[in-house]
Amino acid sequence: MKLGNAFDEMHGLQDGIRKAYRTYQEWLDTTAHTRLLEKHQQADLIFRRLGITFSVYGSEEGVERLIPFDVIPRILDAEEWKTVGTGVCQRVRAINAFLDDVYHEQHILKAGRIPPDLVLNNPGFRPEVLGLDLPRQVYVHIAGVDVVRSSADDFYVLEDNARVPSGVSYMLENRETMMKLFPELFAQHSVAPVNHYPEVLLRTLRSVAQPGTSDPTVVVLTPGHFNSAYFEHAFLAMQMGVELVEGQDLFVEDDAVFMRTTSGPRRVDVIYRRLDDDFIDPLSFDPHSMLGVPGLLSVVRNRRVSLANAIGTGVADDKAIYCFVPDMIEFYLGEKPILKNVPTFRCAVPDDLAYVVDHLDELVVKEVGGSGGYGMLVGPMSTAEQRSDFRHKVLADPDNFIAQPTLNLSTVPTLVDGKIAARHVDLRPYVLTGETTQVVPGGLTRVALRDGSLVVNSSQGGGTKDTWVLEA
Amino acid sequence: MLGRTANNVYWMARYVERAENLARLLASTYHMSLLPAASGNDAQQWEAPLQLAGDRDDFVARFGDVSPGNVLSYMALDPDNMFSIRSCIRRARENARATRPELTTEVWEGINQSYLELEVMSYPKLVDQGFGEFFDWVKERSHLFRGAIYGTMRRGDAFTFSRLGTFIERADNTARFLAVKWDMLSPGGRPMAAEDYYRWGALLRAFSAFKAYREVYSGILEPRRVAELLVLRRDMPRSLFACTAEVNEILRHLREGAACTRLSGQINERLQRNRIDGILRSGLPRFLNGFIARNNELHGMIGQEFMLVL
Repeated sequence: MKLGNAFDEMHGLQDGIRKAYRTYQEWLDTTAHTRLLEKHQQADLIFRRLGITFSVYGSEEGVERLIPFDVIPRILDAEEWKTVGTGVCQRVRAINAFLDDVYHEQHILKAGRIPPDLVLNNPGFRPEVLGLDLPRQVYVHIAGVDVVRSSADDFYVLEDNARVPSGVSYMLENRETMMKLFPELFAQHSVAPVNHYPEVLLRTLRSVAQPGTSDPTVVVLTPGHFNSAYFEHAFLAMQMGVELVEGQDLFVEDDAVFMRTTSGPRRVDVIYRRLDDDFIDPLSFDPHSMLGVPGLLSVVRNRRVSLANAIGTGVADDKAIYCFVPDMIEFYLGEKPILKNVPTFRCAVPDDLAYVVDHLDELVVKEVGGSGGYGMLVGPMSTAEQRSDFRHKVLADPDNFIAQPTLNLSTVPTLVDGKIAARHVDLRPYVLTGETTQVVPGGLTRVALRDGSLVVNSSQGGGTKDTWVLEA
Repeated sequence: MLGRTANNVYWMARYVERAENLARLLASTYHMSLLPAASGNDAQQWEAPLQLAGDRDDFVARFGDVSPGNVLSYMALDPDNMFSIRSCIRRARENARATRPELTTEVWEGINQSYLELEVMSYPKLVDQGFGEFFDWVKERSHLFRGAIYGTMRRGDAFTFSRLGTFIERADNTARFLAVKWDMLSPGGRPMAAEDYYRWGALLRAFSAFKAYREVYSGILEPRRVAELLVLRRDMPRSLFACTAEVNEILRHLREGAACTRLSGQINERLQRNRIDGILRSGLPRFLNGFIARNNELHGMIGQEFMLVL
């Protein structure tokens, strides 16, 4: 099925080029199409040579693939970005306040704004860190907030990735590549830069070292070079000039974390960890994890090392908790939400469940803890068999599912099979919180390359675009 | 630097060096095989690469005859031969990838490019391109790798441990290469004939040492002098003496007084004290095998000193 009359960010709903794209359209009109195709091929070579690859789970082991990169940029003007940028920062501020609250006094639960059961029995909730005071009360230092658009003025948040959001290296490399391929376009447009992200990230990480630490040592903790996002872990460590460590490189002694170096042990103060809570400490969480550091949790609890993101952020990243983020914004910040939530049916609620199973062909159904586009049903594009399959799954374990109306995602012109065609996109801005909450302009635009597809995840055949925020 | 990272950088350099030396040996053997039998061509020489780096039983089981085509295919491209050039470059790149943040863009892209080009290489393409060109390509990629390290890397731990890997591996390979070839080439009492000239010349060329031999000795090719050049000369970059001197210097700079530093000093000193006639009297292969064992012992001690991953 094809969703008719989606909002196209270049053309709008009627004819005529929208403001942000006018200069680009002029360039496109005066540029030979073959040149665009050549640049597309060059981009492929650049990415391959740089080794910007990822592995796809479930495909042949060890296969490295490129995420398809599209040379046509996605362009937002200053005003559009102001809405999105302040909107995602607002959400992250509320989420941090929420996490600090649920691990301390739990005012929001006592006030009856969120069902306590939903929080306290959530698999992402970690009683191990109850009462623990974190530097600057920050839990989510790095967030990736997925934003979609359905019209010129309607932006929705799809999910708040508050655990280990990935993809920022693509935002940076996409920009580098575009500047190499199309310097003339950057001369004609005033594109807000993004290249300072690693610097801001490093400053953020250093700012959340435990009080009293002078010149804190920061490391990036990766599950290892077989992980699908390894390139990004290496890239960020390199850009920040800090060590890239694996669990086996770290150990706990005298209530502190050390790394094994060629000249002996060296103390570590801040760990930007790129693995989930479950794997971080085999003594406290998954005992079979070979990736973590035995004893790490006790050092965290004694406030002798900082983790980014903190342990226990998964409770804010849950798709059922997502429904309450607008409430959090009002409760903690006393503000009106700038970005809308997608109306969400929680299958745990009997009325919602009844509606969902009756309207599977219209809805997108997701597992509450799922990510990466795995295990979801896009109703309008599903077969009767898939729907019947999902009906059984949802009825068997309703608490595990939510459903949302299928949004008609906006489209952006994209080079597909040598021709320019409209393809659906989303946007993931990266929000950093240390002393303040800030976001670099733009983010990662993901594009569904298949005609009509709404699934933008790279694991499902999605690609990426450079995202331009034009300065006013 | 992390001990594990030091280990990755060290092995990255070892595998690139190993690939280069294998290419040198195969190129030399291949060029010899193009000559008529009277000029020293000998089917037996294809045994040498198998003895040096490979598993003969595995080879015979999967490939059959020790023919030039089979040996070249097995040694250059076979992914299941863990010593093949392809396997070496893959593992070098895997180690580089595991320690990507320590490398400059030039070093990483160089090794990644070698890997990507080799991944699409097949035996028919190899035949089409020409074996000589292929081995030249491997050598060039290795030169580029070392040049990029030398020209772009900060003189820190990553630089140091990669150099250490290069010279430990090169010392090992030179010794193995010479040990295998020595008995195969030695005229054994009979006077040197015309074909010996080609054989020893090919051996020197495999070490890029033909021109050097002419400069140093300005005379006819003599096995005794070839051995001296490749074992004891301090000004020959692939000789055992030169490699062990580099290793010793690096280790003294890293950690004076460590057990591995002492051993590397002893190994180098021993080469300094020896004269080629004395070595030949007790047998060169015997001497070389002793050297290979001590070099390997040194490798183990370096791992214990700097890279211990618990």
